[in-house]
Amino acid sequence: MQTLSEQILSRAAGRTVMAGEVVTVDVDLVMMHDSLSPSIIRVLHEELGAERVWDPERVAVVIDHVAPAASVQTAEKQADVRRWVKSQGIRHLFDVGRGISHPVLVEEGLARPGMVIVGSDSHSTAYGCVAAFGTGMGTTDIALAAATGRTWFRVPETVLVRAEGRFRPGVSAKDLALYAARRLRADGATYAAVEWHGVEFLSIMERMTLATLSIEVGAKAGLVPPVFAEPGAILPSARAEVRRSALQPDFLQVQAGARYSQVLTVDLDRLEPQISAPHTVDNVADLSELGRVAIDVVYLGTCTNGHYEDMAAAARILRGRRLAPGMRMLVVPASAQALQRATADGTLMTLLEAGATIGTPGCGACIGRHMGVLAPDEVCLFTGNRNFRGRMGSPQANIYLASPEVAAATALTGYLTHPQEVEASLPSQV
Amino acid sequence: MARVWIFGQDINTDQIVPGRYAPYMLKNEADLRNYPFVEHRPDFAPGVQPGDLIVAGNNFGCGSSREYAPLALRLVGVGAIVAPLFARIFFRNALNLGIPCFTADLTSTLRDGQEVELRLEEGVIVTDEGQHIQLPPPPAFLRDVWAAGGIVPFYRQYGRFPGEAR
Repeated sequence: MQTLSEQILSRAAGRTVMAGEVVTVDVDLVMMHDSLSPSIIRVLHEELGAERVWDPERVAVVIDHVAPAASVQTAEKQADVRRWVKSQGIRHLFDVGRGISHPVLVEEGLARPGMVIVGSDSHSTAYGCVAAFGTGMGTTDIALAAATGRTWFRVPETVLVRAEGRFRPGVSAKDLALYAARRLRADGATYAAVEWHGVEFLSIMERMTLATLSIEVGAKAGLVPPVFAEPGAILPSARAEVRRSALQPDFLQVQAGARYSQVLTVDLDRLEPQISAPHTVDNVADLSELGRVAIDVVYLGTCTNGHYEDMAAAARILRGRRLAPGMRMLVVPASAQALQRATADGTLMTLLEAGATIGTPGCGACIGRHMGVLAPDEVCLFTGNRNFRGRMGSPQANIYLASPEVAAATALTGYLTHPQEVEASLPSQV
Repeated sequence: MARVWIFGQDINTDQIVPGRYAPYMLKNEADLRNYPFVEHRPDFAPGVQPGDLIVAGNNFGCGSSREYAPLALRLVGVGAIVAPLFARIFFRNALNLGIPCFTADLTSTLRDGQEVELRLEEGVIVTDEGQHIQLPPPPAFLRDVWAAGGIVPFYRQYGRFPGEAR
């Protein structure tokens, strides 16, 4: 009996493998983004001596980390990457505005269940939202994978997070993930994979919230089993073939008797909104434990919580209300499809009418490079995945991580706020 | 002799090199050598000497996949890193760049600023007080990668991945 990671890596290795073994596997997809592509291209050609990538159909390049370019240097490097992509015959280039690599590759149907996907981004665990074994690597590993179509892994043990029940109002996938970080700690799943069970009711992008945060407990991969309550309704914006591809592959399923190194059971019916306070992701408390924390800017975005679902959740709370005096709220959609969907159904207008503003789909200020970096002593409520000191700009800034629901409620009051407090105390004008 | 630089636990890659100091963001990429721990510990880059030893707490290098974090450490010549646990991506990146990483907790054994001798081939640290500290050897399948000087020379020499049958 095998975990999902053991099943996927067995198929990729061409033999049955179990946790602890070191294996060389074929990779199905290599993702690289603008921030590391220049160095990957250099290592590929100058150090490894490869002239071509092993398979241009299985390399995806995404310009999301500084998109659009913020300086002459970044613009020049992006131009170099575009020229290289063309020279290599790579079709899967997703340029400025298409969005963050992780949702984009899922929307495009390039990331599919059972695949082994390596990306030049630590949040490549994201592909676990469609039950792919996605993992982040650095420049040299990605260059080697792009040159050979292969890489090596130690087959990970698996930490099982088993959710029971349903979220209460104002509580969502982010709270489950932050609670898991609170219990497992920042190193709790190092060298292991995380499997998230009991979340069949979540959409693909809500699952991505769990999958991306798996790296924040050190995990190599973070997989949600490919089981769906309503197969047709997983990715309403995606093409039909993508929706079909999200279905369960024959070889991949949760097997009774698979061995888990640790099991964490979470009762969703009792889960409160969780807040990750500065400066580590596992510094988590119930919102109700924190007292009054004043916030200067609310930032809704990233591969963790910048999806259509997250904008819609915020819009439900912001509808007919206005941001607190002096509050800034930045919304940076995770992908162009998410933005289009939010535009089509009025979600975007609701956000704008409340006083929020919008940025180009992409990584935005998550890496502190542009589009909303923080000043010393500013306090940001961030729906993203890291609150490390200096992450979003000044090392003297403070970042609190929370759900999009808490983000919206906080934008209305100016301090960390439970969504239900807003519903009770601030009447909607609609 | 090498100087010991003590760091705490959960040192993340944003502390090693903030994203704002990535080669991607720099006019001159060679400037990366000025930025290891630029905000977390501003005395490190000006003071570090080739061969110096980083001795850190648990979960060193957690966070992003940025290889320029260990690259910055290699550019200033860090001789080895010792920590009880390394974050996975950082460990691979350091291995790939040929930076020796030893899994041990020496944060309360050694002092910041202490002078030691690192005997890499024996895996021994000899302190200025004459104490011999034996470091646990890296896993066998990785030893050859360090010996080769990183994954690129290893792959070019052997044409295989670590742990793969010869």
